[in-house]
Amino acid sequence: MSKQFTRRGVLKTGAAVSAGLAMPTIFTSSASAYMNEPKGATVTLGFNVPQSGPYADEGADELRAYKLAVEHLNGGGDGGMMKTFSSKALKGNGILGKKVAYVTGDTQTKSDAARASAKSMIEKDGAVMITGGSSSGVAIAVQGLCQEAGVIFMAGLTHSNDTTGKDKKANGFRHFFNGQMSASALAPVLEKNYGKDRKAYHLTADYTWGWTQQKSIAAATEAMGWQTVKNVLTPLATTDFSSYIAPVLNSGADVLVLNHYGGNMINSLTSAVQFGLRDKQVNGKNFEIVVPLYSRLMARGAGKNVKGIFGSTNWHWSLSDEGSKAFVKSFGEKYGFPPSQAAHTCYCQTLLYADAVERAGTFNPCGVAEALEGFKFDGLGNGPVEYRKEDHQCFKDVIVVKGKEKPTSQFDVLEVVEVTPRAQVEYPVDHPMFAGGNLGKCNSGA
Amino acid sequence: MFSETRKNDHLLLLLFAIVTLAGPILLAPLGAGYPDLLQRFCIFGIFAIGFNILFGLTGYLSFGHAAFLGVGSYSAVWMFKLLTMNVIPALILAVLIAGLFSLLIGYISLRRSGIYFSILTLAFAQMSFSLAYSVLTPITNGETGLQLSLKDPRILDATNTSGSLPSTNLFGLTMNSTAKVDFLGMTLQFNIGFYFCAIMLIIAFYISMRIFRSPFGLMLRAIKTNQTRLNYTGINTRPYTLAAFVISGMYAGLAGGLMACTDPLAGAERMQWTASGEVVLMTILGGAGTLLGPVLGAGFIKYFENIFSKINDNVLHNTFAFLPDGLEDFVVSILHVFVGKGWHLTLGVLFMMVVIFLPGGLIEGANRILSWLRTRGKAGDNTAESKETTTTKTAVNPAE
Repeated sequence: MSKQFTRRGVLKTGAAVSAGLAMPTIFTSSASAYMNEPKGATVTLGFNVPQSGPYADEGADELRAYKLAVEHLNGGGDGGMMKTFSSKALKGNGILGKKVAYVTGDTQTKSDAARASAKSMIEKDGAVMITGGSSSGVAIAVQGLCQEAGVIFMAGLTHSNDTTGKDKKANGFRHFFNGQMSASALAPVLEKNYGKDRKAYHLTADYTWGWTQQKSIAAATEAMGWQTVKNVLTPLATTDFSSYIAPVLNSGADVLVLNHYGGNMINSLTSAVQFGLRDKQVNGKNFEIVVPLYSRLMARGAGKNVKGIFGSTNWHWSLSDEGSKAFVKSFGEKYGFPPSQAAHTCYCQTLLYADAVERAGTFNPCGVAEALEGFKFDGLGNGPVEYRKEDHQCFKDVIVVKGKEKPTSQFDVLEVVEVTPRAQVEYPVDHPMFAGGNLGKCNSGA
Repeated sequence: MFSETRKNDHLLLLLFAIVTLAGPILLAPLGAGYPDLLQRFCIFGIFAIGFNILFGLTGYLSFGHAAFLGVGSYSAVWMFKLLTMNVIPALILAVLIAGLFSLLIGYISLRRSGIYFSILTLAFAQMSFSLAYSVLTPITNGETGLQLSLKDPRILDATNTSGSLPSTNLFGLTMNSTAKVDFLGMTLQFNIGFYFCAIMLIIAFYISMRIFRSPFGLMLRAIKTNQTRLNYTGINTRPYTLAAFVISGMYAGLAGGLMACTDPLAGAERMQWTASGEVVLMTILGGAGTLLGPVLGAGFIKYFENIFSKINDNVLHNTFAFLPDGLEDFVVSILHVFVGKGWHLTLGVLFMMVVIFLPGGLIEGANRILSWLRTRGKAGDNTAESKETTTTKTAVNPAE
């Protein structure tokens, strides 16, 4: 007896069998119009933040901000930035009249763990939106998961160009700025302070954020005449950077660019200072250190080592606009200290999501995405901001900061040097640093 | 059912299959009936069964099995990227590559035994982790993890025009489709990916059972009991241990491949030494050298990791709301240490207790309870005959 299996035959049978097996799924899933449609009196949001690993400090502050945002959305507290927000769709009665509930998870700053945690939020707890992350690797991994699952992902602190470049997704949105914007904002300040003839040595965290930020910074500084001597990649889990710092001394470089964040930056900067780099004279110039992405939490961790070091940040608590003041006040009253930039971006993202749902009149991810695309707003601490439709990236002013020479308190460690206007940091959608991506179509999981 | 004698093998397999397939129903009341965790139970069950073939039978303690899991994942994801989203080629490649990889590592590591073997495997696994994490970034995408993208060739699949990433499937049957059924106030989730993993687990269990009962399995046990004596009688044990090592490596590869099938992303962390240690814990907790033990241990640890770790103070306060306020706060503050972030502590205490009081793992505990129930049930009859059967039955157990 001979049986002939043709490719077509196998495919046909497979398709028929799968259609048959998929039938029950079709019937049951028709009950919901989209993934995790909230049917009760509450709506669940998933806050997926690092509670362990090198970014744990940032994660803890993000979680504080999320809890504050939920309180404000449900009408508790003093309303924070809801009062200064230019869109008035939010009424303090939850989202679309549903009380906001939340679940939290630990990403461990690992892509695997973060996806598992986000998956359990979607499958077990019925979260309709996932937000958080303090590492671009994790943010990109979770953004991909949310796209497949059909929920909205509101990225937390993620600074890689890839999040809204090579790896952008229709269901993912980023309020935070990125490596390219940092480079455009920092370069003129560096030129003014350190001159056009410098040799830079890069130490770079070995993952998507480090790679893309290093590329952007190198491109921007080379455009003004600097040379890039060497770029050394360091694993994210590194805690002792002395073996990476020692070669810098003999490389002939006179600027060290630390493409590090969180615990990494604290450790690498501390060992650079201990090696006496900042007291060195190379090529007849003072040796300088640059930290392109700064955060108050890191500056505090690194202590007096940050004095006079330039960097950029998405937001700083000492800004004096109404939105920032309202946020610092309600955060400070609840927790007793000012918020970090991570807290700020996470708070904004929660409010922006809630507002988009109100304006769209539905939790359906596709409706929400449409409401967010091209949305222009003000009053959230960064001046006028726009969510660009083509790549779901927010465009706004970038703040260049410097480690304060004479800090007045443990929170007052950074001073704002310059607010770089949006026009100077904006780039076209098809910029080579962001090439190769495709938003795809929004997925509602139905 | 726990006595695991040869004659009730078929019954054991049948029961195992039924319990596995009924997972979504049985585990829903425990809060673990959602697809992601159910899939993890099966996948880590396979991983632990494979590990047990090496550790449980030959006694060689490998501290580097996560490397094979990782290799399996990477191979599977590459198959999804290059060839097709169908899971079958991905799994075949995952098992093959993991097999080759374990042949290489096993060939070198098995030249030593005992602690030196463990250290060698640990070193190899850490080496593979570092390679995947930084050196081999073009293949593994380093810390970010290897992911699918719209631009992947996927030469066997039809051109993708939908603008969204395709899902992994088995001849058109998508892995992440779930049928939800409301039942007694719970939502039961029947997921294709879970059933695929569950069938793989049952097959893996059956193969492991056949290995346990085969002359080959007997030889492996002989190696565990006294390798030197075997060598003196003129038997070369190396091929047997290497075969066991490769088989368990292939099991790990299958588990890794399945992980990629249910969630097409491969990260380097799953090759880290902590992941290798986890499977050792699973096997010992459940009962090394038993058939069911490793699966039980895997389920236990994954349950703790995913459910126990999610219990926070709010949940505790709700649970103990019936107590007077002061007492409630007191109880919550004590339990607080053991749940949520403290789940490692609970697991550690449990592990210590099992190792001290039940050296044979949870399976030994179950056996003790069963035999105690049996003696108690028959004590009433007080006939010599029933006593005799009990003693013969318990006498059979230690041999297993």
